[in-house]
Amino acid sequence: MVDMVASSSLAKSFVEGLSQHRLMYQHCDACGAAQTLAHYACQKCGAELLRWKESKGVGTVHSVTEVGRAPSDAFKALAPYTLAIVSLEEGFNLMAHAQAGLRIQEKVKATYFDHDGRVLVRFVRV
Amino acid sequence: MRNAYIAGVGNTSFGRHEGQNALDLMAQAASAALHGAQLNRNEIDGVLSGYATTMPHLMLSTLFCEKFSIQPNYCHSLQVGGATGAAMLMLARELVVSGRCQNVLVVAGENRLSGQTRDSSIQTLAQVGDADFEVPNGASVPAYYGLMASRYMHQTGVTQEDLAQFAVLMRNNAIRHPDSHLTSPITVADVVASKTIAAPLKLMDCCPISDGAMALVVSADPKVGVRVKMAGAGQAHLHQHLTAMTDVLDTGAARAARQAFKQANLQIADIDYLGIYDSFTITLVMLLEEIGFAPRAGAAERLRQGDFSATGSLPLNTHGGLLSFGHCGVAGGMAHAVEAYRQFNNAAGVRQVKPPKHAYVHADGGVMSSHVSLILSREG
Repeated sequence: MVDMVASSSLAKSFVEGLSQHRLMYQHCDACGAAQTLAHYACQKCGAELLRWKESKGVGTVHSVTEVGRAPSDAFKALAPYTLAIVSLEEGFNLMAHAQAGLRIQEKVKATYFDHDGRVLVRFVRV
Repeated sequence: MRNAYIAGVGNTSFGRHEGQNALDLMAQAASAALHGAQLNRNEIDGVLSGYATTMPHLMLSTLFCEKFSIQPNYCHSLQVGGATGAAMLMLARELVVSGRCQNVLVVAGENRLSGQTRDSSIQTLAQVGDADFEVPNGASVPAYYGLMASRYMHQTGVTQEDLAQFAVLMRNNAIRHPDSHLTSPITVADVVASKTIAAPLKLMDCCPISDGAMALVVSADPKVGVRVKMAGAGQAHLHQHLTAMTDVLDTGAARAARQAFKQANLQIADIDYLGIYDSFTITLVMLLEEIGFAPRAGAAERLRQGDFSATGSLPLNTHGGLLSFGHCGVAGGMAHAVEAYRQFNNAAGVRQVKPPKHAYVHADGGVMSSHVSLILSREG
């Protein structure tokens, strides 16, 4: 297991979840909306009643790119690599690595891999 | 109520200015703007500055004022990424209209190219991503725009060739400006054949990193030139990070524009000059189409018809934009307004178009995160 530190207490549950290969997201107890990224209040209704839940990790590709030029040495070894934003079934979006050649609207599921001291998500075809 | 006018502009060339720091560049542009406005230092009572990634000072605006030897009554920096320049101009307008200030100097500059390594610059810029959800994936600013482009092209049918045509138009414009960073002629085939940075974006779909500075003076009563009134302004901020953008067809650009048009009591059809932010070709196409200067997937068709050329009905970024004039951070997004002022004043040399009546200027910061719209009108 990889030990990772979140950059903020707000995202702690998400980052700790990754280290255990679990995909965590915030859910609003007031209106039921799933949250994209981490928030202090619900993106939809503004209630400060957000609770972390675990996602099944299944969704569809919303957008996709192949990065030819990596921004840091740690990622130059991986280039070219595919990144995607995936719309998860629970109703939130997540940016992560993805299988090469994926197209928008394809159905995918989350897998996990270790890179440079972190666990990252890679979405692959179902 | 008072009006606010752009009273003078100045700039350095964009490109490589080895050995000059952000303040050096800002001072050159500010001197030129004061000279252009025929104002003395003691007549400047407001100063707004941007930020410089190569000079992360706590008080860049007052540091600049001390070195530049001015003592304003109102002064601070402002930060909304690429929208900073337009946001400073909007605030300068408010300061003048309210009577708080008579002459506001708006200035930004940065040695973004020569003041750091390219890798360091790319890493600094990537931090506009979410620190826990986006950046750890090895995402970069081009990757965010590549993702956004894939979605926009999927929903609208815009093609890579459509995007490439805007890179060519910006290059052809930059070739006619003596201060441009990139001036080698390019073709659509060159753009499409250039290496992939973040698919679908190729190298020539991306702006360069430059050194340079821009400055404008906003005044209650300009001393010289055409009276370029700041007729309207608007903003919208719907998200910070690309992942949180809920609709690629509603990024906030049109919402900001509607406020500006309402304030100016004008419509899209009244506009006869455009200064539109163009960090990537996709940025330019999305802004033109969301704001309403072209239908969805129709911007490239207007370009092919010649509408956006110097002799067309809606000349666009005649200085060459961020894509070819260059991008040094905040000042890059001010160049569009500086060029508009010159076009109003018949001072654009070989680039001169039929002097506009109403210009529309738009800038965005982050990943289409912060939008600022400005409408400039010739008075009298």
